[in-house]
Amino acid sequence: MTVPAVSRYAPWGPTSARHRRHVLDLDDFSSDEILAVLDNAVSMKEILGRSVPQVPILRGKTVVNIFYEESTRTRMSFELAARTLSASVSSMTAKGSSIEKGESLIDTIRTIQALGADIIVMRHHESGAPYLAAQHFKGSIINAGDGRHAHPSQALLDLFTIRERLGRLAGLNIVIVGDIIHSRVARSDIWGMLRCGANVTLCGPSTLIGDTTMWQATFPNLRISYTLDDLLPDTDVLMALRIQKERQQAGLLPSLREYSNDYGLTQERLDRMPAHAIVMHPGPMNEGVEIMPEAATSPRSVIEAQVTNGVAVRMALLYRLSGEPTATS
Amino acid sequence: MNERQIMVADEVRRAIARIAHEIGERNNGVSDVVLVGIFRRGIPLATRIASAVQSIEGKAVPIGALDITLYRDDLEIRGPSNTLQHTNIPVDITGRTVVLVDDVLYTGRTIRAALDALTDLGRPARIQLAVLVDRGHRELPIRADFVGKNVPTATSEDVAVRLSEVDGGDDSVVIIRGEA
Repeated sequence: MTVPAVSRYAPWGPTSARHRRHVLDLDDFSSDEILAVLDNAVSMKEILGRSVPQVPILRGKTVVNIFYEESTRTRMSFELAARTLSASVSSMTAKGSSIEKGESLIDTIRTIQALGADIIVMRHHESGAPYLAAQHFKGSIINAGDGRHAHPSQALLDLFTIRERLGRLAGLNIVIVGDIIHSRVARSDIWGMLRCGANVTLCGPSTLIGDTTMWQATFPNLRISYTLDDLLPDTDVLMALRIQKERQQAGLLPSLREYSNDYGLTQERLDRMPAHAIVMHPGPMNEGVEIMPEAATSPRSVIEAQVTNGVAVRMALLYRLSGEPTATS
Repeated sequence: MNERQIMVADEVRRAIARIAHEIGERNNGVSDVVLVGIFRRGIPLATRIASAVQSIEGKAVPIGALDITLYRDDLEIRGPSNTLQHTNIPVDITGRTVVLVDDVLYTGRTIRAALDALTDLGRPARIQLAVLVDRGHRELPIRADFVGKNVPTATSEDVAVRLSEVDGGDDSVVIIRGEA
């Protein structure tokens, strides 16, 4: 996606954090910048473990969460991250707000700007909405999920969790299984994982993966497979995505049970993975469909760690976007 | 570059030994003392002071590391740091005597940030400050308890402390003349 709002940064290179203005997707993050965010998130995680988990660095900054789509975990995670850094936080959801009265996205952004927001965290059901917002907002936008397009903070917390558990990203075999075509999490994960040197395989029924030539046009190294069982012995990270029940009504799945039989994460499948392998899920889970309860709570599961790490990673992002960018140095 | 050396390796070594003696004297022993180095050069300095204290007092002193980046007051001027360091203080500081260690004391703003950071981690009985060089020009009401060397400087000058652990080569302290 080419958008003027993102083309302003990049020329200073990875030694300075100052040039980043928005976090819209991971496609404009170099591997150095991703690793810098993950490193800072390690320091942020230490703060979260203190008896007084708060540092003053963003005192006086205002973070506004606008969620056009409900999301408890992402919104709370951003709220906690902002509070831990001492920013003031307001959250608004579409329901019961001026958005319901028909206010346009651009007008909403201008209003929030007039109220003095420094950072807007935005979830929207339309792909690309945060890019439009970024063109009308003087501060920073963080995309907290737009349509089917991107969910960069989720991808970063996934990378953080993988690196925390397995010690590295480069060279790992990562399998993302499920409803890839509708998943913004998958799309951001693919950018981040490939850029950090991991091998990524998409897996699922062809109706949920879509056109392979399209995938390979964007990601030449991406692998695609329709048989999960073949991949298991050589998988370091297995990530399941949520299967929405509507997909069956839309004719993309013969039945949820057939999906579970072929692609569901069962204990039996987990047993066929290497001893160190981990299981992930971005949540919310449909237990019994894409992941069985015993797999979700097995020792391989890092699903709870993903949630905890999300706060630290979002702290690192909020910090990275703060401070006046200067042209010198 | 226009440099003037103000301490050589031997002088650095003696200053550290003297500070170690003074810490023991001031606190009547070191049983409650924790040395906390401020990233970056405060940490090797704290380590060296600890080993000097050990040889004088015969007791090991815990050492911690403190990164004060998230307590700074100049985010708008300097922008965010690309790499934060990890704060790691291995003991509970509540009720202890914390000796903060840094290489150069200048405006006092770093120490102000460090005091805030320490109070978030616990409630020390007292906090003292040890620095290798005090170069003056305080902007806050802060002073050091233990000073390796007082050095009059101009604000246009820079003081660089070079330690073998961080910078390689021999220890030294130099004043770098600023371009006027």
